[in-house]
Amino acid sequence: MATTDEEVRELIKREYEHGFVTEIESDTFEPGLNEDVIRRLSELKQEPEFMLEWRLKAYRRWLEMEEPEWAHVNYPQVKFDDISYYSAPKRPEDMPQSLDEVDPELLKTYEKLGIPLHERAKLAGVAVDAVFDSVSVVTTFKEPLEKAGVIFCPISEALQKHPELIKKYLGSVVPVADNYYAALNSAVFSDGSFVYIPPGVRCPLELSTYFRINAANTGQFERTLIIADVGSYVSYLEGCTAPMRDENQLHAAVVELVLLDDAQIKYSTVQNWYPGDENGKGGIYNFVTKRAACTGKNSKVSWTQVETGSAITWKYPSCILRGDNSVGEFYSVALTHNYQQADTGTKMIHIGKNTKSTVISKGISAGRSSNAYRGLVKFNPGAEGARNFTQCDSLLIGDRCGAHTFPYIESKNKSAIVEHEATTSKVSDEQMFLCRQRGIEPEQAVSMIVNGFCKEVFKELPMEFAVEAGKLLEVSLEGSVG
Amino acid sequence: MLSIKNLHASVEDKQILNGLNLEIKAGEVHAIMGPNGSGKSTLSQVLAGNEAFEVTEGEVTFNGDNLLDLATEERAREGIFLAFQYPVEIPGVSNLQFLRTSVNAMRKHNGIEDMNAAEFMKLAKEVSKQVDLDPAFLKRGVNEGFSGGEKKRNEIMQALLLKPKLAILDETDSGLDIDALKVVADGVNALRAPDRAILMITHYQRLLDHIVPDYVHVLSEGKIIKSGGPELALELEAKGYGWLGIDDQAAANHG
Repeated sequence: MATTDEEVRELIKREYEHGFVTEIESDTFEPGLNEDVIRRLSELKQEPEFMLEWRLKAYRRWLEMEEPEWAHVNYPQVKFDDISYYSAPKRPEDMPQSLDEVDPELLKTYEKLGIPLHERAKLAGVAVDAVFDSVSVVTTFKEPLEKAGVIFCPISEALQKHPELIKKYLGSVVPVADNYYAALNSAVFSDGSFVYIPPGVRCPLELSTYFRINAANTGQFERTLIIADVGSYVSYLEGCTAPMRDENQLHAAVVELVLLDDAQIKYSTVQNWYPGDENGKGGIYNFVTKRAACTGKNSKVSWTQVETGSAITWKYPSCILRGDNSVGEFYSVALTHNYQQADTGTKMIHIGKNTKSTVISKGISAGRSSNAYRGLVKFNPGAEGARNFTQCDSLLIGDRCGAHTFPYIESKNKSAIVEHEATTSKVSDEQMFLCRQRGIEPEQAVSMIVNGFCKEVFKELPMEFAVEAGKLLEVSLEGSVG
Repeated sequence: MLSIKNLHASVEDKQILNGLNLEIKAGEVHAIMGPNGSGKSTLSQVLAGNEAFEVTEGEVTFNGDNLLDLATEERAREGIFLAFQYPVEIPGVSNLQFLRTSVNAMRKHNGIEDMNAAEFMKLAKEVSKQVDLDPAFLKRGVNEGFSGGEKKRNEIMQALLLKPKLAILDETDSGLDIDALKVVADGVNALRAPDRAILMITHYQRLLDHIVPDYVHVLSEGKIIKSGGPELALELEAKGYGWLGIDDQAAANHG
């Protein structure tokens, strides 16, 4: 008759689809962190001297810092000495010059992940940089990008070829000692993506990075730096997956976006790190610092994120609206299930005149999960005529999950206008009954109701990503009915 | 088509239906009347398979099958349709998407391939005109911001779209002004067919002026206490429920 408990349990058991491990030879540092490890890492990557100094400074500051405890999440303390800070797929020679030279096992991994490398990339018109464990393994579409003057490469390569850009902008948005995990990242980041869009250029392709943690007991600390010069535009997508492992793995990334006058960046994320099993065992700790600095006037940044993975998510993509008339947007869907915990939101810091920000946050909680929105909207004294609109909606599925909202508003300018709307709703029995009475399967009904709830955010995603996000929600929600 | 024998049902441990019997054949239109709390809506919810209601005794067969063995969605696919008294909103899900998902779920059950978006759009527009709904409503969220009348017309539209074998209309006339009532009644009359049965649950005679039933039943304390033809409804209109020995203030609400 009804969906029985047993059926529900069966559905819950559906496995995480990216949970495979790839058998490839890796060079991996022994676990542990000290100055020698950082020196070795920097040497291995043949970094300029200033980079080593920068890392060591970050490390020393990190040692003095305390792990933050204010987030609405619970987890045992991370043992930083049990983590290996560098793991790279072993290569016989130097960096591969083309896809043909990339380890076929690695390519198979990307195929399994559904990453559009090779011809598929051309069809999709997406340029891909793929980061596997600690290093960037392949970047596609270099040629058309180079023609446009766009630089899109691993950050380790940018350190060799464009040290002046790195020196100028790295840490300019997220300073080395900004927070505990950002400091750790600054000390040990091994790779990530670097993007530079020259003045007046509209990037001819959507840029995309896929992150994958493969090796056991490794942390992934990628660093992304995107600079949009005067009057330029870029749309950037990132996707993330990891194998299923019983132990928790740490992912502490830093993403910095710099926008000069009239520049625009659209940054979209579909985060699907392994969330742990139905008993809350394993999964990724996703402690990420993402921030955009709209330093130029009339610049505009949009963060769009769909977060369904990770055991714990701790992430607040933020906008510093320094340039007059600059615009910051944050569109977020965060879904938690089983024992997942998410504490996510944004910071909108209004400094310039007539700066505007929009925050649309959709939190969905199922199972025994906990989902918190935490947001800060701040108007500095100079932010004449600034405006913010915030809408936070929470949707509960079942009665064992939790949703929390922590909005902070600080205004030091009387002309600033702030609007805040918040709602909490449930997928109600009445809604389910209506759908089922019309012949719709319970699972499909939940998925439809949740997709409807997220509509305002999904429409901000690039087309292919929006489809992927919808499917991801469907898979992530399986077993939530009952 | 539908055979209900000695049906007992409760909700939240409160016994509502107490041995209800009813036989409905294809092509017939039955009206169930009765005061508030007599179990009218419970009957419709139990037939549609709302899990909040528990059947404690009795049996229900639908075209020979044990209806009580089927899940809500299976009953729907077998052809049982319930027009809700208070249709719920589903924000962000467009009517079009909802209706197409529903129609395709039924088609899948019958081994027919999915209807594509363009094809469905055309059909939905036609049917929406039949109940005097502006096709623009198809793009709005399910029942989102609908007036009471629009919600009821939307329910009837869905019945016309899904072509059920048994349509149960739960107080579809309540909250309608006289013009809207006419539109809804026309829609229901359009549903009448030799292979389809209609079970109308209503408090008032006025709906029955527009949709003349074949049979009228009076429900009291979870049992049918009197059955008759359309004239029974008129008699109730004139005399109230008191003469049937029903001690209920509903007689005061009546009319």
